[in-house]
Amino acid sequence: MQSRPGLWGWFDARMPSVAEQWRIHAAEYYAPKNFNFWYFFGSLALLVLVIQIVSGIFLTMNYKPDANLAFGSVEYIMRDVPGGWLIRYIHSTGASAFFIVVYLHMFRAMLYGSYREPRELVWIFGVLLYLTLMGEAFFGYLLPWGQMSYWGAQVIVNLFGTIPFIGPDLALWIRGDYVVGDATLNRFFALHVIALPLVLLGLVVAHILALHDVGSNNPDGVEIKKLKGPDGKPLDGIPFHPYYTVKDLMGAVVFLAIFCIVMFFMPEMGGYFLEHNNFIPADPLKTPEHIAPVWYFTPYYSILRAVPPLFNSQFPGVLAMGVAVMILFFLPWLDRSPVKSIRYRGRVYKAWLAAFVVVFVLLGYLGIEPTTVWGQFPDWPFLDTRDVATWVARLCTIVYFLFFFLMPWYTARDRVLPVPERVTV
Amino acid sequence: MKRALFALLLFPLAVWAASSYRLDRAPHDPSDIASLQAGAGTYVNYCLGCHGLQFMRYKSLTDIGLSEAQIKEFLLFTGDKVGDMMKAVQDPKEAKSWFGVAPPDLSVVARSRGADWLYTYLRTFYRDPKTPTGWNNAVFPNVAMPHALWTLQGELALDPKTHKFTELSKGSMSTTEYDRTVRDLVNFLVYVGEPAAERRKAIGIVVLFVLLGLLFPLTYWLKKEFWKDVK
Repeated sequence: MQSRPGLWGWFDARMPSVAEQWRIHAAEYYAPKNFNFWYFFGSLALLVLVIQIVSGIFLTMNYKPDANLAFGSVEYIMRDVPGGWLIRYIHSTGASAFFIVVYLHMFRAMLYGSYREPRELVWIFGVLLYLTLMGEAFFGYLLPWGQMSYWGAQVIVNLFGTIPFIGPDLALWIRGDYVVGDATLNRFFALHVIALPLVLLGLVVAHILALHDVGSNNPDGVEIKKLKGPDGKPLDGIPFHPYYTVKDLMGAVVFLAIFCIVMFFMPEMGGYFLEHNNFIPADPLKTPEHIAPVWYFTPYYSILRAVPPLFNSQFPGVLAMGVAVMILFFLPWLDRSPVKSIRYRGRVYKAWLAAFVVVFVLLGYLGIEPTTVWGQFPDWPFLDTRDVATWVARLCTIVYFLFFFLMPWYTARDRVLPVPERVTV
Repeated sequence: MKRALFALLLFPLAVWAASSYRLDRAPHDPSDIASLQAGAGTYVNYCLGCHGLQFMRYKSLTDIGLSEAQIKEFLLFTGDKVGDMMKAVQDPKEAKSWFGVAPPDLSVVARSRGADWLYTYLRTFYRDPKTPTGWNNAVFPNVAMPHALWTLQGELALDPKTHKFTELSKGSMSTTEYDRTVRDLVNFLVYVGEPAAERRKAIGIVVLFVLLGLLFPLTYWLKKEFWKDVK
């Protein structure tokens, strides 16, 4: 029964599916040969996931999920555990790196229309991954039990409390207490280290399987499977292994260098990766003057703050925030352009996408700052708030939603360039 | 286009939150061992009575060049051991009844407040008859803490109109000497906030050398070699 000699032959005869999977997903997975800079971020996201899981395992060995001990146990890791500071910084830098990589990865999909038919499922699993990652980050951020951990969690859980009818009970159910407390910390720990990582891993598998079934898109938005050589392999495709494994290896080294510059020389990143106020232990009796979520949530936090309350309820803002994320699921059907890639799209789409990037970054910035950051308008009677920043955030929120809601019209009407038969290098 | 996008992505990092009182830049130097040791001495003599460093072990002060014998002789209170945490001498409950608030632990104060804040704060106490302690502070208005270092700095008054300090009485140190003492103290607190900071940077340089000097050329060459036949 042995087809090949040696240990590998012995193994292969008994479990041929390992070699089979390697063939399907690496050695004979044909990827377009024209991947550019933007295509590094998929494999980098996987790398960061591994970094987070491994560093997380080591953190759990010394971290104590107890309201009285959590803050001290983090400081214990930073001081008394050999190499503990390194593990902790790997994990805290990794959290922000994860979002940077994922945001760039998602932006790549928008640039080249990678969410379009037949890759809708790839995109949907991707958005689910993004949502799960947000949950993972939110639960994890409570664990150091600093002031920002505590009050950030308080604010976000209270958002669920604004949902009509079921809100207050729902918030109570999430917290496990009337305020964020030891019960909350324990369950967030369980969700952060067991539940959501499992979901993330499952979704990553689904994301990659769905991608490998339909094949990768590319910067030209051309389907390489349409043109195959006599051997049945796509003319513009090259095997993922070794071509993209060596290319991604190089990308990983560059990424790790940037990662290490931040981690070793500016682990707090000026208070954006590790917030200054989070070095003050959680105090349920002392609300900080200015509560800002970590940077990767701030675009949505800005949208939340921008929407004015209705009948004394913040629910419209919460709803807007929810819709702002959920609308991503519908992107494959909102885009009706005859072409996929930005390279062959017209000026109108390019202008909308540029506007979207500008407002997303601007919303992110405004979400970090208090609403008074840009001063106030004079006391005009028809303004519900005089903060300039709030009005700018409102304008940005409108542009954010118009980008999606008007997409079926402006993409269908935009003048496009002819798409080549084969990829361009 | 690409460059503009990156600039936009980095934009939020370039803007810093404004403070109401203009902070002086702390001239601290984490590699100055003598300054760190002087700061440790000042801390133990003037601060540790009320403010603990509960996450810091006396023993870890060997990092800043003190021997265990020196730690025992100069820094330890009677009854404490070298492996003990640097806890405050005073009972926090008692302190609360004195000052209205329990004096906070200062293990990571340099990370929450920043060195500049500490350096300015410790040099801007002034006499104010309206507060319970008779002291106030320009950076931290109505602070509960009286000026613990006033015998060194002397007493200042703050003119509410011009926002300028005037000297009411001299302390045992000149302004330059006092500033240096505060610098050492802040230097020590920055060190205590993250004892691994210097080691972190040293290891970082080695790691970056390996990544950029060794692994990058290797993987770049590997990629080039493999991709030669891709047209």
